[in-house]
Amino acid sequence: MAIHLRSAEELEKMHRAGLIVHQVLTELRAMVRPGLSTMDLEKFAESKLAGQPGRAAFKGYRGYPCVLCTSVNSEIVHGIPSPKRKLREGEIVSIDFGMEVDGYFADSAVTVPVGQITPELQKLLDVTRESLDRAIDKMRPGNRLGDVGHAVQSWAEQNGYSVVREFVGHGIGTKMHDEPNLPNYGDAGRGARLQEGMVIAVEPMVNAGSPQVRMRDEWVAETADGQPSAHFEHTVAVTANGPWILTRPKEMTGSSW
Amino acid sequence: MAKRYEKKEKKEGDSGNTKEDAIEVMATVLEPLPNAMFRVELENKHQVLAHVSGKMRKNFIRILSGDKVAVELSPYDLTRGRIVYRYK
Repeated sequence: MAIHLRSAEELEKMHRAGLIVHQVLTELRAMVRPGLSTMDLEKFAESKLAGQPGRAAFKGYRGYPCVLCTSVNSEIVHGIPSPKRKLREGEIVSIDFGMEVDGYFADSAVTVPVGQITPELQKLLDVTRESLDRAIDKMRPGNRLGDVGHAVQSWAEQNGYSVVREFVGHGIGTKMHDEPNLPNYGDAGRGARLQEGMVIAVEPMVNAGSPQVRMRDEWVAETADGQPSAHFEHTVAVTANGPWILTRPKEMTGSSW
Repeated sequence: MAKRYEKKEKKEGDSGNTKEDAIEVMATVLEPLPNAMFRVELENKHQVLAHVSGKMRKNFIRILSGDKVAVELSPYDLTRGRIVYRYK
């Protein structure tokens, strides 16, 4: 299927949704602390939506019950918030959130440390975030999808980690999951050529141990070996001036998260 | 929210029906043509250009004019078909 090219106007609409996503994630990130349950995060996010235009993108998507995905430690993605899951000192939690405003979607995620974490875990977060930075830097016209995936894979594997194969980044626009798929692995120079106006949710999922995934239920994906996994994501547009991260304010520069 | 990567699923253990959605009909071979193609006449008297399926070619099933054969037709192009079985 064809990959949609978005006009400047459409990108602005997605950016509007993206700014709300960024705002909510930034506040959630700041409030994460030991003792809070993942449902508390969900409740907070939901309360922030009141009075905002649009709606949360995940709730109801294929029957997903919440506005957030909260994936703790060995959970890779799509962890479902629960009042029973209290965050403990030294854990990491990936918070994934998306909005639809005016028919346009934006999707972003960040993995946050709970209190003090070990240097090993901090390195996993740093490497995953940097792999997102490197991938975003490849989102330029003329590059190929494989360049983006390769940027993630090579950086993660150089650092002794592995990338998840069962879940992929995705085109995004008037649907949350659109063409193309963007795996977090690949060969540089292969795959579809990036063009101005393409918008893709770039989302490295990096495991500290093996890349194997186990599905705990219909939604929750965790690492088969129980080792921690980190996840960072931005919705990124390919423009003539280079990559444009739609899920953060324009004036922000530097590292993606 | 990450997208579940869905691999394109291939049907396993399919018997002759290599492609989905094909219409299988009986036909009689009228004449052999170059490139392992045959002109066949369907039961409804339509004439169709048909090639020999890869599985039959692999197993050296010879086809002569006058043979009764099973032909799969694509629903998209009813003027071409694939010979998937030769009746004895």
